[in-house]
Amino acid sequence: MVNGVYINYYFHCKRHLWLFARNIRMEHNSEDVFIGKLISAYSFDRRRHEIQIVDDEDAIVMDFIDKNRKVVHEIKKSNKLEELHIWQVKYYLYVLEKKGIMGFKGLINYPKQKRAIKVELSDEDRTTIKEVIDDIHEIINSVKPPPVINKSYCKKCSYYEFCYC
Amino acid sequence: MLNAMRNYYIFKSGRLSRKDNSIMFETQEEFKSIPVNDIDSLYIFGEVDINTKALNFLAQKGIVVHIFNYYGWWTGSLYPREELLAGEVVIRQAEHYLDRNKRIEIAREFVKGAIHGFVYNLKRYKHKDIGKEIFQQLDNYLNLVNEQEDIPSLMGIEGNARDLYYDMFPNIIRQDIEFDKRVKRPPNNIMNALISFVNSLVYTAVLKEIYRTQLNPTISYLHEPSYRRFSLALDVAEIFKPIYGDRTIFDLLNNRSITEDHFDKDLNYCYLKETGRKIVVKAFEEKLNTTIKHKKLKRNVSYERIIRLELYKLIKHLLGEEVYKSFRIWW
Repeated sequence: MVNGVYINYYFHCKRHLWLFARNIRMEHNSEDVFIGKLISAYSFDRRRHEIQIVDDEDAIVMDFIDKNRKVVHEIKKSNKLEELHIWQVKYYLYVLEKKGIMGFKGLINYPKQKRAIKVELSDEDRTTIKEVIDDIHEIINSVKPPPVINKSYCKKCSYYEFCYC
Repeated sequence: MLNAMRNYYIFKSGRLSRKDNSIMFETQEEFKSIPVNDIDSLYIFGEVDINTKALNFLAQKGIVVHIFNYYGWWTGSLYPREELLAGEVVIRQAEHYLDRNKRIEIAREFVKGAIHGFVYNLKRYKHKDIGKEIFQQLDNYLNLVNEQEDIPSLMGIEGNARDLYYDMFPNIIRQDIEFDKRVKRPPNNIMNALISFVNSLVYTAVLKEIYRTQLNPTISYLHEPSYRRFSLALDVAEIFKPIYGDRTIFDLLNNRSITEDHFDKDLNYCYLKETGRKIVVKAFEEKLNTTIKHKKLKRNVSYERIIRLELYKLIKHLLGEEVYKSFRIWW
């Protein structure tokens, strides 16, 4: 089963994806993650209502949906990893379409930065997501974890010590 | 880091309770509140009353609580329900135990780590009476480790190396202390009492780190699983006993922070008094908090963190990713 976080990790680090899928997680004591959670919890708190769609193939948890304007909202702390956020929301739109819920768009809110970016799903994206999902299955079913990626952002990752020790 | 957590040690007698979101410690004289998010693990040496409300709270916060009896022997730990569970890791742990070759491969690394620690300690606390032959003999044992095909003979090699190492203690320690041979349960003289106490601190420090990983503490390789204790903690402690435990002992005795006055002796056993325990615990805690620049991580890590990294290496070995090589001190 694929979920929004898997899509996120797929674009970020395939090793992270593998470890996470096997439930090999590190202690969560990162301040950034904690602040991120607070921002999600306290922004738009009058409109927020998490929506979950879970079946055999996919599992998504959307922060909230604006039914009238047909918008899926996703709240994030900073746009540093904007590319990942965009793919996460595109995947949400893809799952909605699969359920026959058409015509939705995405909006990623960065409350701290007072910014929002729009996300739409193109035909090209639909093909890409299909490929990505197949790829994710292949990765999480492989016996060994994918190699470390040696990126500068590894230093901030909770798996840093695990990967590089 | 969200919080730099600490180990708390309770020596006084009193009552430990939960009040709102804090842990309270109440004695006849005072009332102390401990912020729960600051507690990494809790050591109880005193006579402490505790109720389920406090226990539940500690467990919920993932705090490992170690309990010691009147004589300072470790009697047990509150090991909360696992937070970080991964079936995959436990299954691979069992797989590596059941396969003879896989098991001995890991067990050998623990023994090598231990012997390496002996060698480095003897080098560090160099004394004219520790001749070349000793190092050659230890080196010889180190080579013999690879030739042992079963656990009992591997244990035998470790025992021989350890005896040789303990024989050198009188040359290292600049205090006139009786120490013929290692005696446990109960220790018979102050040296044995000190070793037993410090080893229990190493063991509990390892156990707490195991709790913070996916490893199951009862599946072990050198020691038989669940042989009286959390046997994986015993395995890993072998590596750290000489370099964390014994070094603390040498320093405390050599600068005379600990002397005979800190012990209570009876007919055939000996144990540390509370004053002595406090000194040892403080020195050990300082040791755990000492940092070094880690060569691979290119980051400062504490001695305590090195234990965790050792467990990460073991997990990577179990996942078939990287062959486990035990920690070798280089200073």
